[in-house]
Amino acid sequence: MAGTAVRGRLTWQTATVGAVVDETPAVRTLSLEVPDWAGHRAGQHLDIRLTADDGYRAERSYSIASAPGEPVAITVERLDDGEVSPYLTQDVRPGDEIEVRGPIGGYFVWDPADGAAPLLLLAGGSGVVPLRAILRHRARVGSSVPVRLLYSARSWGEVIYRSELGSPADGVEVIYTLTRQQPPGWTGYARRTDPAMIAEVAWPVAQAPLAYVCGPTNFVEAVASDLVGLGYPPQRVKTERFGATGTP
Amino acid sequence: MEALEEGVVDGNAIGGLLIELFGTEMTTAVGTCAACGAVRQVAEMAVYRPMLGTVVRCRSCDAVLMVFVEVRGVTCVDLSGLAQLA
Repeated sequence: MAGTAVRGRLTWQTATVGAVVDETPAVRTLSLEVPDWAGHRAGQHLDIRLTADDGYRAERSYSIASAPGEPVAITVERLDDGEVSPYLTQDVRPGDEIEVRGPIGGYFVWDPADGAAPLLLLAGGSGVVPLRAILRHRARVGSSVPVRLLYSARSWGEVIYRSELGSPADGVEVIYTLTRQQPPGWTGYARRTDPAMIAEVAWPVAQAPLAYVCGPTNFVEAVASDLVGLGYPPQRVKTERFGATGTP
Repeated sequence: MEALEEGVVDGNAIGGLLIELFGTEMTTAVGTCAACGAVRQVAEMAVYRPMLGTVVRCRSCDAVLMVFVEVRGVTCVDLSGLAQLA
């Protein structure tokens, strides 16, 4: 069993909320100052624990939105019937303290050491958060791995990190599909993902691409299945399924 | 292998719980289903969260692999559905 000093970083510690940024009307990014943060990898997440005055506790997991080396940040989507997200997106103030545990995850992570294989990132709604960390990490280390991000969102107004994704780094291509509502003159995809769309955006199998699919379970199940149907080896399709989120 | 339903997640979601219980990162640990022999990383197992705890099922045969229930501050762990976890 790991010694006390290591466990101290793998269990709950108190973080202080720093700056907050409203990405969309329902989505906020919170910077966190975590005193004993051990550093993190692109794609990892952390757990948040809130304790009410009556002792009631709620725990949730949020993907880390920042790259390794940047201050820890999480991006939270407010769910109408959420227990935790309304607090994090509306009530929390810089200086407030929350308990965090992390970083967590060794599967849904990307490192430049993973090689020169082209990356296919597929985001359903707030599933874009860990993929944005991957993009930021890629840019920070100066990687030239080709990347395509397919981002499915309900409308243009709900696209998170809009301006950042609007000027992607060299070698990064961002493709949107807006499933419910499109701005006037929109010529991009305007439907939920389907095998035809995936076939159009996916890197050819012969290039040995690496895919990361993140979002609500229905989205991940459909997209991962479509990729395997195209011939992607299952071990080259990494998946992370979110629980309760808004429907597509 | 059927598609998981909305609301069902995967082993990534219990990464923190497993670090607390095992003292180390476990989402890349490989589990063998005691019922059907399927071999899969924890991150790709099906995770259900009923009111009373967490249930991890085999995606190939739906057998229960792991159960975690917290009782008065103590987490009870049942791994009998796994033939192996490495």
